[in-house]
Amino acid sequence: MTSAGEGRRGVTVAVLSTVVFFTLLAVAITHAPGWPEVRRTFFNWDEFKASMPEISRAFLLNVKIFMIAEAFILVLALVLAVVRSLPGPVFFPMRALGIAYADFFRGVPTILVIALLGFGAPALQLSWVPLSTTFWGIVALVLVYTAYVSEVYRAGIESVHPSQDAAARSLGLTHWQSLRKVVLPQAVRRVIPPLLNDFIGLQKDTALVGFLGSVEAFKQSQIDAAATFNYTPFVAAAVLFVALTIPLARFTDWLVLRDRRRRQATGT
Amino acid sequence: MSEALVVDGVHKSFGQLEVLRGVDLAVAEHEVVCLIGASGSGKSTLLRCVNLLEPIDEGRIVVEGEEITGRGVNVNRVRRRIGIVFQAYNLFPHMSVLSNVTLAPTLALGMPRARAEAEATALLDRFGLADKRKDYPDRLSGGQQQRVAIVRALAMKPDLMLLDEVTSALDPELVAEVLEVIRELAAAGMTMLIATHEMSFARDIADRVCFLDEGVILEQGPPTQILSEPREPRTQQFLQRIIEAGRL
Repeated sequence: MTSAGEGRRGVTVAVLSTVVFFTLLAVAITHAPGWPEVRRTFFNWDEFKASMPEISRAFLLNVKIFMIAEAFILVLALVLAVVRSLPGPVFFPMRALGIAYADFFRGVPTILVIALLGFGAPALQLSWVPLSTTFWGIVALVLVYTAYVSEVYRAGIESVHPSQDAAARSLGLTHWQSLRKVVLPQAVRRVIPPLLNDFIGLQKDTALVGFLGSVEAFKQSQIDAAATFNYTPFVAAAVLFVALTIPLARFTDWLVLRDRRRRQATGT
Repeated sequence: MSEALVVDGVHKSFGQLEVLRGVDLAVAEHEVVCLIGASGSGKSTLLRCVNLLEPIDEGRIVVEGEEITGRGVNVNRVRRRIGIVFQAYNLFPHMSVLSNVTLAPTLALGMPRARAEAEATALLDRFGLADKRKDYPDRLSGGQQQRVAIVRALAMKPDLMLLDEVTSALDPELVAEVLEVIRELAAAGMTMLIATHEMSFARDIADRVCFLDEGVILEQGPPTQILSEPREPRTQQFLQRIIEAGRL
């Protein structure tokens, strides 16, 4: 059999098995004894349409939280990763501090950091401390995700072969020049996919800020659900989160592909 | 003749392993000295010590009359005067050929970009790489990459070039183009210290050949003498093995 024939046959089998699998799954679910009730409370089209506009508006707050937090995380995590890569005994205290920070904020559940800062900081009643729950939610997310993302950066830095730094230093570049122009550009390119992974996590965790009372998509859907005794608004919120994640994933794929193409391109 | 490089009683250990056990070597201006010896004899380590990529344990290294292994020496300033080319090229894969060459002159010497690019283009042109200036290293053959690495070192206008087995990672048919570049440098009067396995090349280009054995220079002299009539039994053994491997 030709390889083209094998390819066609493969596609046919894949399509058939997918159709069969999902048909069986759909039949199993829709024939469950509680299905009519589940459909009414979770997948109610009228409720979906009714709640969507408000949840969409609230979702803009999630996007805002995400954008602001991401900008800070990208920078602070890089600083933390670089601090942890500093060589020599002189920088031991800074390295130790970096390790303690990463250990602590990766260890504590995000919701606890959010609660502690969101309820604790305003309670200090200091005039210069912001009272906005959204502000403290963003601070908490930045603190937690900086710890995660710095680990990603650090893995990237360590994946750049020492001979690259040696080549840069041998040309008379300083440690910082080598780091900035040779090591970090290569390190960051390599960790774009895992960085995206953490940012999808961040996107979803913006919903935790609702715990403080900020009316973001999840909080709004809670309010709607409580008013109508119907859970469809949660599904509406889920749809919005997914809709934001997928373009981000495709964007990252494109970035990686563009970088690979550029490196393999000839200039002529 | 004034000495471009003096290596004086240099010792270097990695943990328990003493790789250099008191190396004495002088290289005059415009002289080409080839280091030969088995793998692990300390050739690469010696070159890396001269470039201050490895700190030495004992002894001193003097370049153009200035001791570079003393306290308080600015290593970055020293390295700008000493070019090194590695076996594995070590080009920066995220930069075009031109950027690879202009990076150090613009950053370390503060040269204006336009001038750095003009000089880099002239150098690339001189070594037949003018049409590759916008390419990324992944697209080049090993021989082309190594020539770019040589150009990258030359762009700093070094007083001294260190070549660390620059043809060892190349396919046999690509060796010649790199050796040709080195020949041209020698003809132009570049002072060079070359670690090599290419004995015929050493015979051809070197003013002097040094046989490095277990961390000391066991024997040195004109290439014809060292390669044809070595005095030391260890040198004879080494060359015998090279001949058996068909490399001479």
